[in-house]
Amino acid sequence: MTTTSAFESVIGEFDPIIGLETHIELGTNSKMFCSCSAEFGGDPNTHVCPVCLGLPGSMPVVNRAAVESTIRMGLALNCSIASWCRFARKNYFYPDMPKDYQISQYDEPLCFDGYLDVTVVTDDGPQIFRVEIERVHMEEDTGKLTHAGGAGRIHGATHSLVDYNRAGIPLIEVVTKPITGTGRYAPEVAKAYVAELRDLMRALGVSDVRMEEGSLRCDVNVSLSRDGEPWGTRTETKNVNSLRSVERAVRSEMLRQADQLRSGERIIQETRHFHEETGDTTSGRSKEQAEDYRYFPEPDLVPVAPSAEWIEQLRTTLPEVPSVRRVRLRDSWGISDFEMQSLVNAGALNLIESTINAGVSEQAARKWWTGEFSRIAKERDCELEDLSVTPADILEVEILIASGDLTDKIARTVFEGVLAGDGSVTAVIDARGLKVVSDDGALLAAIEQALAEQPDVAEKIKSGKIQAAGAIVGAVMKLTKGQADAAKVRALLFEQLGVTE
Amino acid sequence: MSDASLNSDLVRQSAATLATAIARGEVSSEQVTQAHLDRIAEVDGQVNAFLFVDPEASLARAREVDAQISSGIIASPLAGVPIALKDLLATRGVPTTCGSKILEGWIPPYNATIVERLESAGVVSLGKTNMDEFAMGSSTENSGYGPTHNPWDLERIPGGSGGGSAAAIASFEAPLAIGTDTGGSIRQPAAVTGTVGVKPTYGGVSRYGIVALASSLDQAGPCARSVMDTALLHSIIAGHDPRDSTSINAPVPDVIAAAKSGDVRGMRIGVIKQLQGEGFQSGVISQFNAALEILAGLGAEIVEVSCEHFQYALGAYYLILPSEASSNLARFDGMRFGIRVGDDGQHSVEQVMSATREAGFGAEVKRRIMLGTYALSSGYYDAYYGQAQKIRTLITRDFEAAFAQVDVLVSPTAPTTAFKLGAKVNDPLAMYLNDIATIPVNLAGNCAMSLPAGLAPEDGLPVGFQIIAPAMADDRLYKVGSALEAALVDKWGGLLIDEVPSL
Repeated sequence: MTTTSAFESVIGEFDPIIGLETHIELGTNSKMFCSCSAEFGGDPNTHVCPVCLGLPGSMPVVNRAAVESTIRMGLALNCSIASWCRFARKNYFYPDMPKDYQISQYDEPLCFDGYLDVTVVTDDGPQIFRVEIERVHMEEDTGKLTHAGGAGRIHGATHSLVDYNRAGIPLIEVVTKPITGTGRYAPEVAKAYVAELRDLMRALGVSDVRMEEGSLRCDVNVSLSRDGEPWGTRTETKNVNSLRSVERAVRSEMLRQADQLRSGERIIQETRHFHEETGDTTSGRSKEQAEDYRYFPEPDLVPVAPSAEWIEQLRTTLPEVPSVRRVRLRDSWGISDFEMQSLVNAGALNLIESTINAGVSEQAARKWWTGEFSRIAKERDCELEDLSVTPADILEVEILIASGDLTDKIARTVFEGVLAGDGSVTAVIDARGLKVVSDDGALLAAIEQALAEQPDVAEKIKSGKIQAAGAIVGAVMKLTKGQADAAKVRALLFEQLGVTE
Repeated sequence: MSDASLNSDLVRQSAATLATAIARGEVSSEQVTQAHLDRIAEVDGQVNAFLFVDPEASLARAREVDAQISSGIIASPLAGVPIALKDLLATRGVPTTCGSKILEGWIPPYNATIVERLESAGVVSLGKTNMDEFAMGSSTENSGYGPTHNPWDLERIPGGSGGGSAAAIASFEAPLAIGTDTGGSIRQPAAVTGTVGVKPTYGGVSRYGIVALASSLDQAGPCARSVMDTALLHSIIAGHDPRDSTSINAPVPDVIAAAKSGDVRGMRIGVIKQLQGEGFQSGVISQFNAALEILAGLGAEIVEVSCEHFQYALGAYYLILPSEASSNLARFDGMRFGIRVGDDGQHSVEQVMSATREAGFGAEVKRRIMLGTYALSSGYYDAYYGQAQKIRTLITRDFEAAFAQVDVLVSPTAPTTAFKLGAKVNDPLAMYLNDIATIPVNLAGNCAMSLPAGLAPEDGLPVGFQIIAPAMADDRLYKVGSALEAALVDKWGGLLIDEVPSL
């Protein structure tokens, strides 16, 4: 593959430095600074009030639950928590910004100086990379613009519509320090970091991180440097919204910058847009004349000053950290580090665990998610969690297998139907008549027919050539359209012929 | 007694007297409201205190309060009394312009907390009063809707930014008004119109629904013709509001009791050395000193106190205020409310925003937005906004040191009496100097009152006496203010406002 070798040659010549800024919507009931519902969706401009519309005279009040979520996230990221910090105004004009400034945090973040360890499978086996966290801070989301005409962008649009339901939704922004020393694994480390962050948020219950709804957005910073030289100029690829895209964005930006540098051009400090379809980035606005946001402390809010007692009390509410949990599950399931890492990379860990919790055996749960379902996800180019199959479906199927009503093979057909949207497990079985033919009479009739069609085979079996039985079993499976249990057919056949295995 | 003279009697009564008469059924709120509406119709053509009056709505509300009262419910000590509201307060269903063309036609869908408190207290709104655009000014000449005239001399300014509220009271168009004070916008108009105004402790009165000029300085407060009326209004609007995170969650000082006590015996009163002398009109100083003598005669101990950093207050104020204002006023971009200019399908969003702001904002507003934008800019922030915050801290410490020695501080409210309309419009710095004595209080967040000290001999115009107290000691303002007022009433045979020429 040309891309692989092109990437290899980039690694041979350059060292990547990456950095990630991740915005995640918190799962609070109400917005950051008012009591409007923070629920996703709703008819446009129905979750709004004077505060989140920025009407003249309205004033913000900090949502305590959002502060609590941010502190818990900070603690889980091994951060220090500020005993006193302020919000700041970030000033810029844009129609999706009700006040034409965003209430954010600037030089006084609530959480700072932490780290998150992520594991990536390298050529030398699973390896831990420590990603240092610069800060975790709180801010409010903006409204959502829809541009009519002009290919969905503001330039060339005939008009634009604004939905302020999203304005004021609490966001946390997690900013890493520059991540160095990842070499060829830079794209994987970036992806693993975002996945780990997502899992952590979910484990903490501070956000359900619905990536398809844009509730997690990543800005990916990449620069390249030659060995021993100072760091190169970085670019910032904005709004990269899926795990896979994070990986692709890092990779494609490394390739592009390397091309640029090799041809003697310089890298322009700029923001870039990521394109899902191609995996490429294109130039956005130049940051060489950096926009001046004129930050200053938000005078409408009193400082946030969490007491040491509150912080310690929140520390006791922290759930098991994902990395610790993985070790526990690895030991409990008796699998290797490598197997565990493959499960994590495939995004299967939570799914397997909840399937086990639903009552399915560990082995069966792992088998379905890493086998059949992974294959289908790959085919569809989607994440495992996007598949419309639930732990309850798997349990239902496993019970039918145990009772002999389904075979593994038929079960796969059942899931194909479920995943194709043909309805529940029962509905698919009923609609397609997918049940093991366990009626001895029907099976015996089929065996007789098969023996009649291949008279020599019966003699072979009787004479001790037991392996010849395969031909008859195969024929019976064909006659029953695959809905017979092969082992049972085999047993009945031998019984019929008076042969013992 | 003809109807006309009944009306003219009603409008000259104090709010306390009116409230008592209404509560006793001697007069209805509707009659009192009608009398003030008649007065507005009669004189506001000359004064221009009001930007919006809706007589039918006011009378309807007055009748509701009357019905309540006749069923035995007296919502507050001011139930049934009319009030004028500075046009900076969001009023549901009632136009709110902030004195700016950019908000022409905006009808807020919600009420400021103060407005809700007044409504539930049965106070009846007469309408919205004129002001310098977005409260930027000391004369109301910066209003987008023409200046207000001082009832003492229609050729002169009524102060600002709350000139409309002060002039409405001084011309007997309303017995009470709400003002807001960012650098003196309640006190300076009170001083030049011979009325009483209080800037409460920062956080003492909710800012929710008051269109922000400079959030860390703004404070709404009561305006009236007497100290007691001011106290009655203060007690209704003050108190914690969960919708304003900077609002103080503590009991409101008992300002009514303080206004009743009027006793200064044994109190230590500090005269601020830096707020007298050069730049202060001679008649202002003489009336101020006369008032001091009265207080001394009432048993207060007068001492001089130095507040060294006050000399930097004006400079710090004109960095902090524009900085916050440049951000607070960003939302006036023509997208969601007010006027929109240039939206003809040919111009971009940025161009429409720019054209709207160009057309909608007046010169002073633009000047301060530019000052503030500059002061907050990268590379200048530390030298301007940062340094100004340090001055602010030093001024706060000056007050702390002073209040360790004295119970209250005093100074003239404004350096001069009312000047002629137009006299300072082309000299912003001269205009800014009007607030030299009032600004330090806003920077420190404590409280102050202005009340009449007398008429300057050289021009016969009112002089304001400023009393300053520590944060959350608003009651001391009323204690000292009522003592001085009582002594002056004894001396003059009535309130100073009784001397105002009839219009």
